[in-house]
Amino acid sequence: MTHAIPQGSPIITVENVIKQFGRFAALRGVTAEFDAGRFHAILGDNGAGKTTLLRALAGLAQPTRGTISIFGKTPQAACRDLGYMAHPSLLYDEMSGMENLRYFAGLYGIAGDTRCEEAIRAVGLDPELTRGVGQYSQGMRQRMSLARAILHDPRVLLLDEPFSNVDVHSAREMVGLLKGMRDAGKTIFVVTHQALLLDGIADEFVWMQAGQIVDRTATTARAEVS
Amino acid sequence: MSLWSVTFATLKKDIRLEWRSKDALNSMLFFSLLVVVIFVFSFDPLAEESRHIVGGLVWVAFLFAAVVALNQTWARELRNQVLDAYRVSPAPPNALFLAKALGNFIFVSVLEALMTPLFVVFYNLHVLGPAWQLIPIALLGTWALVVNGTFFAAMSLRTRSREIMLPLLLFPISIPAVLGMVAGTTAVLTGDNPAHFYIVLLLTYDVVFTTACLALFETVLHAE
Repeated sequence: MTHAIPQGSPIITVENVIKQFGRFAALRGVTAEFDAGRFHAILGDNGAGKTTLLRALAGLAQPTRGTISIFGKTPQAACRDLGYMAHPSLLYDEMSGMENLRYFAGLYGIAGDTRCEEAIRAVGLDPELTRGVGQYSQGMRQRMSLARAILHDPRVLLLDEPFSNVDVHSAREMVGLLKGMRDAGKTIFVVTHQALLLDGIADEFVWMQAGQIVDRTATTARAEVS
Repeated sequence: MSLWSVTFATLKKDIRLEWRSKDALNSMLFFSLLVVVIFVFSFDPLAEESRHIVGGLVWVAFLFAAVVALNQTWARELRNQVLDAYRVSPAPPNALFLAKALGNFIFVSVLEALMTPLFVVFYNLHVLGPAWQLIPIALLGTWALVVNGTFFAAMSLRTRSREIMLPLLLFPISIPAVLGMVAGTTAVLTGDNPAHFYIVLLLTYDVVFTTACLALFETVLHAE
């Protein structure tokens, strides 16, 4: 069951964004507004531009044309409000999860181990694990990657394929965790091919094709939550 | 979160990673050891001749060995795209550059400390000039190599054949520094000329290129 998206106060505004890699346009004039505290699932075939859009929102891909505004700032200026999780883990394989998070916490000016331990426990892992992240299972690595993304308590989470190569049980646990974060007021973007996992959880499904947003479908999940 | 706190946190992390993997140090050590052995077999100079050529041999060996370390430093950041985690953080870009340059400086200095005695023994070297001047020449020369090397290694990070690209970019721009290192070292070893000019040359080179690298690194880091 779907209904029209209510027009609230958007926190993210994407205006006519074009992103070209040489002659190939990965994004072809994307225009959209996204409201706070919602769970957006971005879907589409391979090459549709999902990851490029997410990287542009994270400030990792500079639009060739057009603008992106997050809380009224550029993505780079809003970096403290953004948590980014990519398809690769963005972690050092040779260091333990805690060592990784301690280092990344330092980049955000977070002192002490408390916040790192909280983030690791939040994703269901043990901060005492001493082995290197490279020796973790894929599911554990994905969780630790999520812990790194939420370490600085960002208001917006940008997650690229967080459930890929993760078993169904672990994926459902991660979805539950993300649902809890959304309920706590965070805005979540998930790029995924596993739409079924987010059925009843996501507030909106954003469909992309050939570098454009072709459809946005709001679900009843938000109504249930509120 | 200051420039220096992030710099030292990143430096500490890099030293920890190197200590665990020993990728850069092992490669550099074996490479320069091979160079020393090959030079020893290729030339069999008298002590007097050695003093004139060792300056060049030593720095060529260290320059080539440093390239190995410089490539390793950034390769570590490419695995699992960890560099993106730094790029999305509010940490100052120059902190990353300084940490990498300082890390490489430490690794290359360790290599020099281990390899210099071998050169002294194999070439039966006796310093005729003021030996203390070798210290500023070594420190300034090493910084000249690593500061440009770290910058150009970052620049060639996203190129397909970065192992080839780095020496192509680094060696031409290092020529003034290499001249200063080689001529300065030879001047001290032979005692023929004072090495002050070469020390000032290296100092000037270091100041100019460190400033330029710091000014341009943010652009390099965020280049796509």
